[in-house]
Amino acid sequence: MFNQPSPHEVKILTRRFGVENSFRIDVSLAHQGYEGLKKAIAMGADAVINEVKASALRGRGGAGFPTGMKWSFIPRTSPKPKYIVCNADESEPGTCKDRLLIQNDPHSLIEGIAIAGFTMNSNKGYIYVRGEYRYLISILETAIAEAYQHNFLGKNIQGTGWDFDLHVHSGAGAYECGEESALLNSLEGKRGTPRLKPPFPATHGLYQSPTLLNNVESFCAVTHIIRDGAAEFAKHGPEKSGGTRLMCISGHVQRPGVYELPLSTTLPFLINEVAGGLRPGRTLKAVQPGGSSSPILLPEECNVGLDFDSLAKAGTMAGSGGIVVLDDTADIVSYALRIIRFYQHESCGWCIPCREGTTWLKKILERLDRGEGSMKDVDLVGELAKNMFGRTFCALGDAAAWPTGSIVKKFRGEFETKLATYQAREISAELVTIG
Amino acid sequence: MSLSLSATTEARWQKILDAYPEGRKRSAVIPMLIFAQDETGIITRELMEEIARRAEVEYLQVEEVVGFYSMLRKQPLGKYHVQVCTNISCMLAGGMELWQHACQSLHLGNKQTSKDGLISIEEVECMGACSWAPAIEVNYDFHHHVTPARFDEIIAEIKGKG
Repeated sequence: MFNQPSPHEVKILTRRFGVENSFRIDVSLAHQGYEGLKKAIAMGADAVINEVKASALRGRGGAGFPTGMKWSFIPRTSPKPKYIVCNADESEPGTCKDRLLIQNDPHSLIEGIAIAGFTMNSNKGYIYVRGEYRYLISILETAIAEAYQHNFLGKNIQGTGWDFDLHVHSGAGAYECGEESALLNSLEGKRGTPRLKPPFPATHGLYQSPTLLNNVESFCAVTHIIRDGAAEFAKHGPEKSGGTRLMCISGHVQRPGVYELPLSTTLPFLINEVAGGLRPGRTLKAVQPGGSSSPILLPEECNVGLDFDSLAKAGTMAGSGGIVVLDDTADIVSYALRIIRFYQHESCGWCIPCREGTTWLKKILERLDRGEGSMKDVDLVGELAKNMFGRTFCALGDAAAWPTGSIVKKFRGEFETKLATYQAREISAELVTIG
Repeated sequence: MSLSLSATTEARWQKILDAYPEGRKRSAVIPMLIFAQDETGIITRELMEEIARRAEVEYLQVEEVVGFYSMLRKQPLGKYHVQVCTNISCMLAGGMELWQHACQSLHLGNKQTSKDGLISIEEVECMGACSWAPAIEVNYDFHHHVTPARFDEIIAEIKGKG
């Protein structure tokens, strides 16, 4: 059903994948499950935060913010309740890793959330699962019930006097709810529109209380970081992008799949060695290295590391770890249209530059994809994208503008060719009719 | 009240209503809607009124979320709702052709339901199966690496089950 593992993988988060019944707590406990939580309790909150900082873990949801620093922003001594929220609303096109983590090893996620709960002196946590991942809800609920039975959740956890309850919450289909403040609105039972920031969720999150919000993979990473120590994790990546990450490679490669690789891995190595290279006789056209939101890379720009800083330096981003590969058979105009159709559909309508911008980009790209319009339309796409960028409430507007702007800039020739081909065809069709 | 739901849905509702702090029952609205829709297939005014009462919110606060989330529906779908992803990763692996095949072989358009109410189809956005593309989801069941031939088999299985 899923892809075969690769010999190049470094299995930290995926270490229990492939073990029979890896989702069960007895199996998890036989493979060092909940040792991280016990260690966190023994270490104390300050030491846990320092350890997460030392691991150089950066948020795996898309923004790549240093997780330890985010943890240090939570006012742990606030008299308000503190909440831990896990973002399992995975919906960035190109990304399919959180699903595997929950399906194969729900206990490493529960453990990571519990470590965060203990550290933040929180008594309540929620896992926000996208509506389409319904089968994961029962997996999580079973795993949570097991964790209660073993006193890793519930009252007086492991004799500490600390109580922590964890619940699963279902979304109902909205990409926007992956944005942290929109997720919080959705979790409060409202429409999933973003909030004006600041204040940030760290101080005014769920129910206006301090809230720690992390991606599934980030919480899972914390479990292993605390158990094995920060250095053990950090050593797999460059100084400021520690550890391994689950890289989801899709598109025109021979072995698409989700592979756990060190962040020191390079893009050519991923494509050629891990994913088996392109199909025979094909050449590389482009790569989107961080989900559909990331600016596109030309083949000559692809000699780059997959860590957060290297990709930022290359003018794109590591994003959510979804690497989409396009070979010479791909129609880049249709590809750009498909991206913008997605953002137009998912724009929450809250702010005008995004709502109107994505709608107009879609209209113009539809025209271009049909071979109508002119090169002025291509310029207009670039101009619109530029004007949307940085002017929207949340990053969805940027996410729509970024790839679109980069595609019209880097593939102008493809647009020209498409227009010329269609127009030539029209003329010849006309001649035939007259003749 | 005339709305009656199964014991399973009632239990799910109770569980989710108990999951939020005192005075925060509004949080339960979206999960309550989707769990109920799984049983009823459609969100009616009556259902929204009942959820408003249980979650202690205004009717309009329920109605406004139903209009926002793409999985919440006021029109009935088929017993088997076949969702075909055509987003980038699926598109590069033949997702568009698969979607066209779905429309042509079932004689249905986007979000349309067969006359017998058995099958409906929808072109959907990324469902999180990018590395095993192209993918479809039938209700909540994922199918990966779906070729047109495999699609026909899945449809035949559905028709066999009825």
